[in-house]
Amino acid sequence: MRAPVNRIIPFSNVDGPGNRTAVFFQGCPFNCLFCHNPETIHLCRGCGVCVETCPAGALGFDGDGKVVWDREKCVGCDTCIKVCPHDASPKVRWMTVEELMQELRRCIPYIDGITTSGGECTLRNEFLIELFTEVRKLGKTCLIDSNGSFNFEADPRVLAVSEGVMLDVKAVEQEWSDTLISHPRELVLKNLDYLLGVGKLQEVRTVIFPGRDRENAETVRYVAGHIGPTCPYKIIRYRPFGVREKYQKLLGEFETDKEYAERFAALARELGASKAFVV
Amino acid sequence: MSDALNIIQDPTLTYHQELLALARLGESTDDSLRYSDAYYEAKKKGALCDLNEGVMPYRPRYICPDYSLLFEKGCKFLALEPPKDLLEAVNALEIFYCHVPSITSFPVYLGDLDKLLEPFVVKEDRAFAKKVLGLFLRNIDRVQTDSFVHADIGPEDSVTGRLLLELTEEMQLAIPNLTLRYDPERTSDDFALACVKCMLKTAKPSFANHRLFVSEWGEDYAIASCYNGLSIGGGGFTLPRLRLYECALDAKSPEDFLARELPRHIDLQLEYMDKRVKFIVEQSSFFKTNFLVTEGFVKQENFTGMFGVVGLAECCNYLLGITDKKKGFGMNDEATALGLKIMDAIDARVKAHEAPYCDAYGHRYRLHAQVGIDSDGMDDSPGTRIPIGVEPPMLDQLEVNEKFHPYFPTGTGDIFKFEETWLKTPEAILPIIKASLSRGLRYFSGYLENNDVVRVTGYLVKKSEIEKLRAKKQSLNNVTVFGMGAQDGGHALDRRIQEHDESAG
Repeated sequence: MRAPVNRIIPFSNVDGPGNRTAVFFQGCPFNCLFCHNPETIHLCRGCGVCVETCPAGALGFDGDGKVVWDREKCVGCDTCIKVCPHDASPKVRWMTVEELMQELRRCIPYIDGITTSGGECTLRNEFLIELFTEVRKLGKTCLIDSNGSFNFEADPRVLAVSEGVMLDVKAVEQEWSDTLISHPRELVLKNLDYLLGVGKLQEVRTVIFPGRDRENAETVRYVAGHIGPTCPYKIIRYRPFGVREKYQKLLGEFETDKEYAERFAALARELGASKAFVV
Repeated sequence: MSDALNIIQDPTLTYHQELLALARLGESTDDSLRYSDAYYEAKKKGALCDLNEGVMPYRPRYICPDYSLLFEKGCKFLALEPPKDLLEAVNALEIFYCHVPSITSFPVYLGDLDKLLEPFVVKEDRAFAKKVLGLFLRNIDRVQTDSFVHADIGPEDSVTGRLLLELTEEMQLAIPNLTLRYDPERTSDDFALACVKCMLKTAKPSFANHRLFVSEWGEDYAIASCYNGLSIGGGGFTLPRLRLYECALDAKSPEDFLARELPRHIDLQLEYMDKRVKFIVEQSSFFKTNFLVTEGFVKQENFTGMFGVVGLAECCNYLLGITDKKKGFGMNDEATALGLKIMDAIDARVKAHEAPYCDAYGHRYRLHAQVGIDSDGMDDSPGTRIPIGVEPPMLDQLEVNEKFHPYFPTGTGDIFKFEETWLKTPEAILPIIKASLSRGLRYFSGYLENNDVVRVTGYLVKKSEIEKLRAKKQSLNNVTVFGMGAQDGGHALDRRIQEHDESAG
């Protein structure tokens, strides 16, 4: 079994408690307008546009017509990502659990645990179960960073080998959700309750958009009303950095004002989510 | 214009700095301590460097008095009784510090302040104790005006340790340098986290690998000056350094360097050290008459010579013909392997040398990864550090450090610069420090990129004080001028910033 790994960050202080190695998988069922790394949404289709434009000659085709990436030659200029017409990346490694573990073993002494993210890591559920089982043997914790598109209640096996989920609740209002994430929101909201109920909800995150008073408030009210005082609730400011240009025009070309975001954190706390704060 | 006139007309020198500069000039007028022609030739070439220690040493370079004796017996020479309360204790130390010589003429070791003061602090109301300690730190900053002044705390948590951290954060002073002696069994996570927070905000304390130092020196070791391991009740006679890049310039190959040029330069530096140590012990009056010696605050047998090296990275890159340092030492397994070979060779040759005196260490000198001086520019990186500006991601940098730090009982260290978000997550930094120390790292320093107080190479300066010098104004801290030189010549403040999600790249 192999899974497409976009990136491994050895030390991260923003992907869960303590120092963690973050593993980003390629591929996501959502197409959020505000996605900061849209190149992780789709898998490469082998169109080859990036092969022609790579200034370092680090991209080519293999015998099967698949795009292959030479890590040694790559200079990290990200031209391939900028020219990709499909929101994908050629810099993806299809790794086995053992290959991934080989890289993680270097980090293990220095970290509290690993966090899998994406893309959407739960698309690789079987892989995660195997990976977490190995990581836990080394005494480290495993967290899942998820958009909530996986039905955890129907298949809770991955939860049994992980400390839990850091869940994005991006939009609650129907119309706003349809616009923003191009995916039904019901499962996300069901996961919120389910994970909370089984004690596997590690934190919830909501992005606050400039000028979207009603939409922001609706999401924050819903989440705060459900999670209560124990679960951390991160209120994240929208930032245009990395967002596709056409969507920047729709969502805003400037980041959400700190004071504006603080209002929603205060609202969440009023409604009982005492661990709500702006990051 | 004469050198003396230059000194007394320099608008950026304080009176005290003029006095020290004139003393150095005076010392340089005697040349009776002579070395071989080969030594002078290598020095002229830049392969050997005496760190401007002065030609006529009238005291050991670093002196680490046993301050516990002062508190036990008092000091006859200074007419001090053993202190009975916190005010007397602090006052005794402040007086004593003014009489501890060193290469800088300031005390490079202030003692294990928490251990010394805790019995007095716990008898006082916390607010009063904090007030007294605050004035104590202010006195040190304004009287011992040199960033190589260094105090130690830990391994255990204590009221005094906590107060010193609080005050360090509130006062934002460059002096004194501060080290936490970290032991995983004895230092609580809570205290270590308080130290991490303070370190991010003020560039101190640094974390010393207590177990490693204890294994080499015993429990009674000091961290003095930049990051120098030495005996309490002893110190370092002298610290010259091999500038390894220049040592390698005449070598035809790595093998030729290891067989010929390296041992030749090692022997020349040993010759220098032997003569100098003998001179300090036998000719100068320090070990005969100074009260520190006669009253037992230091013992001559507890001193050793510090065999310094710099520029291992540039040496390896040169020998392997690597011109792009981004692909050189630290990022390149072949260069790192050569570095280890070179260090093994230095270690073996220095250990094989029978040194005069140094009785407590079996008549042996001990290695030191010298932290660089402003005139090194970009030619020789500090000790065995990866050159500034091409540092790999933190994990890779730590792994390289862990291989080289064990060679240096008399000190080495590395510095990591963090961006702001790490201040919110000190608990993400502590596991990194703990793991690296357990894997051989000797000394870890860090600071936030936007601080005023920053760690230059091993010492602390205020960026605002450097600006004063640039405006041709005086800076009270003698070391600010070195910080300016290291910033200009060595880009010492431009080290890699650890982002919130440090990538493998």
